[in-house]
Amino acid sequence: MEVKIKSMKYEDFKDNEYIENLVEQLRAGGTNIIVGKLDQLMNWGVSNSLWPLCFGTSCCAIEFMCLGAARYDMARYGFEVARNSPRQADYIMCQGTINYRMAPALKRLYEQMAEPKYVIACGSCTVSGGPFKNSYCVVKGVNEIIPVDVYLPGCPPRPEAFFYALMQLQRKIKVQKYFGGVNRKEKLEGLKYDGKVLQEEAK
Amino acid sequence: MADIQEKITQLCLQAQVDTTGEFPMVTVDDAQWHDLARALKEQLHYDVLSAVVGMDWTEALGCVYYLTNTSTHELLHVKVATADRENPRLHSVVDLWPVANFQEREVYDFFGIVFIGHPDMRRMFLRTDWVGYPLRKDYDPASNPLRLDDETNEDYTCRWVEDEQGNVKKIDGKVFEDDEYVVNVGPQHPSTHGVMRYRASLDGEIVKKIDVVSGYIHRGIEKLCENLTYPQMLLYTERMDYMAAHINRHCMCMCVEKALGLEVPRRAELIRLMMDELMRLSSHLLSYGCLTMDQGATTAFFYGFRERELIYDIFDRTCGARMSMSYSTIGGVVADVHEDFIKDVRHACDVIEKNLAEYHKLFTGNVIAVNRMTGVGILTKQEAIAYDITGPSGRASGWHCDVRKTNPYSLYNEFDFDEVTYEHGDSMDRYMVRMREMEQCIKILRQACDKLEAEGIQGEYCAAKVPKVMKLPAGHWYQQVEASRGAFGVYIESDGGTKPVRVHFQSPCYNLIGVVDLTCKDNMIADLITITASLDFVIPDIDR
Repeated sequence: MEVKIKSMKYEDFKDNEYIENLVEQLRAGGTNIIVGKLDQLMNWGVSNSLWPLCFGTSCCAIEFMCLGAARYDMARYGFEVARNSPRQADYIMCQGTINYRMAPALKRLYEQMAEPKYVIACGSCTVSGGPFKNSYCVVKGVNEIIPVDVYLPGCPPRPEAFFYALMQLQRKIKVQKYFGGVNRKEKLEGLKYDGKVLQEEAK
Repeated sequence: MADIQEKITQLCLQAQVDTTGEFPMVTVDDAQWHDLARALKEQLHYDVLSAVVGMDWTEALGCVYYLTNTSTHELLHVKVATADRENPRLHSVVDLWPVANFQEREVYDFFGIVFIGHPDMRRMFLRTDWVGYPLRKDYDPASNPLRLDDETNEDYTCRWVEDEQGNVKKIDGKVFEDDEYVVNVGPQHPSTHGVMRYRASLDGEIVKKIDVVSGYIHRGIEKLCENLTYPQMLLYTERMDYMAAHINRHCMCMCVEKALGLEVPRRAELIRLMMDELMRLSSHLLSYGCLTMDQGATTAFFYGFRERELIYDIFDRTCGARMSMSYSTIGGVVADVHEDFIKDVRHACDVIEKNLAEYHKLFTGNVIAVNRMTGVGILTKQEAIAYDITGPSGRASGWHCDVRKTNPYSLYNEFDFDEVTYEHGDSMDRYMVRMREMEQCIKILRQACDKLEAEGIQGEYCAAKVPKVMKLPAGHWYQQVEASRGAFGVYIESDGGTKPVRVHFQSPCYNLIGVVDLTCKDNMIADLITITASLDFVIPDIDR
């Protein structure tokens, strides 16, 4: 029984015999093969080479630098290639307060990233505005302007917490379906300040 | 004190001098202010404008200027007010103290006070389309909702000039000329050390002018403090210059303690001082790491961060956090140090001292480092004083400006350490001052370890008794400390209640961005990165 896929019964496949013959032939010829879904391969790759965008506005960024340095060494997980261009990054680790002047820039950076893209709201400020939520110019949580995948509270979070958040993101990626799946929807709906809301407010 | 009163009255008859407060206070009308300022600078040697505090006293708007005498290190403050809330105008002092350029722009941004004679009256921190002035008492926060449309670049500026008859006229100008080639750097750029943005006018690769656009992390801390009690607002001090968290918090505590007349237990003061020095050490190590990484020496970055972890461990054990430690409180410190504290500090000192030699071997003599830093971004001593560049960057220009020496606070006068100064004021000297200062930090820490061992008992109660409801008497206070990047000041004005009327933080980094244009001019665009790295500013400290 070579074809083992969790979400579908063995009997439901119509070409089991053909695949098993093929596998047998290849093995007889000395080739090692594994049969699986393309999604699994994709998820394995994406989740183990998450490249962050350098986006540190304040204190959390220093802890993120510690993550890159020798003691915590995020290279062990494949997170180390911090990119300066959003075009090359897989996720934004939003470190530090976002204020009204920065908000359009953050939104643009998010839009510039290629799919699949993820956001980690790192630190109290990006989760909810944190200690600055009563301020006249601070965004009360980045989830008002961009969709957030993982929330990481702390002021600033410890490096261990950073790893926890990154591993949560890995878990999330590992159950995604890129090919013909249904769970990757357009995430922008339902944001407090998406394009639609702004247009309505303007009217 | 009486001497100063006499001297100032001689200079300006209309000036009222009050010597009852902690520093002599001069109250003067705007009409006489500029002449008095000139006389104070030229005749009484008040060469440094340490702080400009914008104020809204409800019935009047105005400024409090803190001046420092470079020879006696005495502070003096001058209060200038205008009752006109519709069109508030004061005379600018940019021509006397160039540091006032950015300081007055900040006041304009927050209070809407127009400075007559200021060359570049634009907003500093807030969006160009911002409505109203947020630090005024009658500001309505609903007037500025979150806008996600892109901000337009500010290409036009204006200035107000006064003719001989006293009529004030607005003259429009341009930030850059039409034929200038302007390149944008930031706000999201790895080498700006945060979210700073520069607009650089270039001629080939040579920088002609830099327009600093700040405010991408402006959080309105000063306004937030007005709605909090004194113990509550301590947390913000650590989130401005997070690389001087202990020092900033110490400053705020000292300012409140001064107002309340509290005496801090000696052991607590000693612990605070040690924490300050550990923080400075950690900050300079970070500065080393970032400066080297900006020049491509990634290994050196790892070295700097390796040693910082030792210091983080000490903080972690005693304060329970690696960053934003919340350790000092009004009246002392939260709890006594961890039982292994002295052992850990001694160990960290030994390791760092040994490794400093390694750093020099790895980076200081390197031909790339020497070529990129020596003679680049020169700031002369006169310029450092005029722009109030304190801290390691000022000392690299040869200015003796260490607050620990000029106005010793805490227990610093009991310690034997040197003020490190260099002469040339280039990037190399700024780097070297930090490296040498780390040696002095270690020296202070070792003496402090001995003192802490000899005096007091482990587990002793380390805080003075403070009233449960803290009310500061009516008045105002200013306290300066030597933070990792220069003289950090806290201004508190109270009306006798539990909450302050105005809190102002005078951050050293804000003055540092004032010289970016000056130091980068006629250098290569690539040197912009090394110069700003050697100035070593922390952006949240600039924007507050």
